[in-house]
Amino acid sequence: MQKLAAPKIEVKALNAWFKQNHALRNVSLTVPENSVLAIIGPSGCGKSTFVRCLNRMHELVPGARQSGKVLVDGQDLHARRVDPVNLRRRVGMVFQRPNPFPTMSIFDNVVAGLKLNGVHGDYPQLVESSLRQAALWDEVKDRLRHSALSLSGGQQQRLCIARALAVEPEVLLMDEPASALDPIATARIEELIRELRESLTIVIVTHNMQQAARVSDATAFFYMGELIEHGSTEQIFTNPREPRTEDYVTGKFG
Amino acid sequence: MKSLARRRAVNWLMTGLCALALSAALVPLVSLLWLVISRGFAGLSWSFFTAIPAPVGETGGGVGNAIAGTLYVVGIACLIGVPIGVGAGVYLAERGDTRFGDSIRFTAEVLSGVPSIVVGIVAYGLVVLPMRRFSALAGGVALAVLMVPTLARSTEELIRLVPGSLREASLALGVPQWRTSLRIVLRTALGGIMTAILLSVARAAGETAPLLFTSLNNQFWNWRPDQPTASLTVQIFNYAVSPYPEWHDKAWSSALVLLLLVGALSLMGRWASRKKFR
Repeated sequence: MQKLAAPKIEVKALNAWFKQNHALRNVSLTVPENSVLAIIGPSGCGKSTFVRCLNRMHELVPGARQSGKVLVDGQDLHARRVDPVNLRRRVGMVFQRPNPFPTMSIFDNVVAGLKLNGVHGDYPQLVESSLRQAALWDEVKDRLRHSALSLSGGQQQRLCIARALAVEPEVLLMDEPASALDPIATARIEELIRELRESLTIVIVTHNMQQAARVSDATAFFYMGELIEHGSTEQIFTNPREPRTEDYVTGKFG
Repeated sequence: MKSLARRRAVNWLMTGLCALALSAALVPLVSLLWLVISRGFAGLSWSFFTAIPAPVGETGGGVGNAIAGTLYVVGIACLIGVPIGVGAGVYLAERGDTRFGDSIRFTAEVLSGVPSIVVGIVAYGLVVLPMRRFSALAGGVALAVLMVPTLARSTEELIRLVPGSLREASLALGVPQWRTSLRIVLRTALGGIMTAILLSVARAAGETAPLLFTSLNNQFWNWRPDQPTASLTVQIFNYAVSPYPEWHDKAWSSALVLLLLVGALSLMGRWASRKKFR
């Protein structure tokens, strides 16, 4: 773990609820800049809720509440002058299932974030660089005007990553980005994460322990809405302090 | 376990029953089409589509003004009804999970069950009486009132069918809610909404009762919204109840024209909302 890097995201005593359901309990952790944090834990442990608090998508669910602080670059996300819409341009997100816009071409999907916000720019250049970053350019460069739905699942997911990258976020949240993909597509996404780490900070939720071990610098283990253990990936997988972490990473439950 | 022979027999029987139900459903449709075509086709000619009706006793003449009038009145109805109906549907889908939304939904349901002649009376009271004349506008208002509730409900259903993941994808890109609703959610549902609009247009074009005392009728061409206007359905009604056999023939031919018009409209809709990509 890079101890020297500046903290990009600081989470302090974060609690989240869905109506009466207390989904996150008093979570505090720090993500250094240009690092990859993997979030592991059994289903329903609050992993997705946690990342959705980082770009204020959590508050869009009816009945959702939260307390505590999330700081990006030292700035409180819930400060009154922070516009969630602007925040989401800085903190991008990739979802579990590929969700390209079905009415748009591959080209338009990549620039959707700019086009929908009325931002003009050198679209063709941006499409090429985003697709190259997402390792999809060579496969689609001859059919940019085709429907995004003509792509395979793995390609669609990389298209969604390109779409998220096109708005040039500083942080990329990935909510089980490879769980709906086959092993080859998964390997490509993981390779991609390691490359993207050069230019941005990544938080990835995963059910796959090997994946967490392969791609991340630090790992956080969540259980029943609590952060049980957070440390370097090597330490979590080889020498966990908590018995519950050990049971989970060795496959005794979950 | 039942024997194979017995399951085969049940399968055969059920398939037979389905086929029977299908033909029972098709018989009225096919016989109606056959009746209208066989009785109406002879009267079709170029002038039937382009000329205005001939006075009693004269031969020739057509329903050109009635075709134009139906399109005109339905066009006015669309201008009024489509924005209100689709807009209400978007509201119900996006913000309708409240008591207010429920009351709108309930009202729309009641309204869609109101007989069309009653809607005609409402338009008569709202438009004809204050203006002191029958008009194309009054007919358009009556048809719009008929279109709005069904359009609102089907738009709502179609928008609710758009996966939430698309909305999330757009919001996560930093697109504001209202723009997400308009450019992503509504755009994705647009194909289905076009079909819903065309179905309601086809239904409106076939209405007679609400036009009888709103747009009335006209023996000549009319392009002014404040004047009485001919329409195919009212023309068919007038021809059909007349005592002259040659006018009965005209009623059949006009009915065929109306069928062709509605058919052409729905074909156009299919073509317009066809998939842009393969």
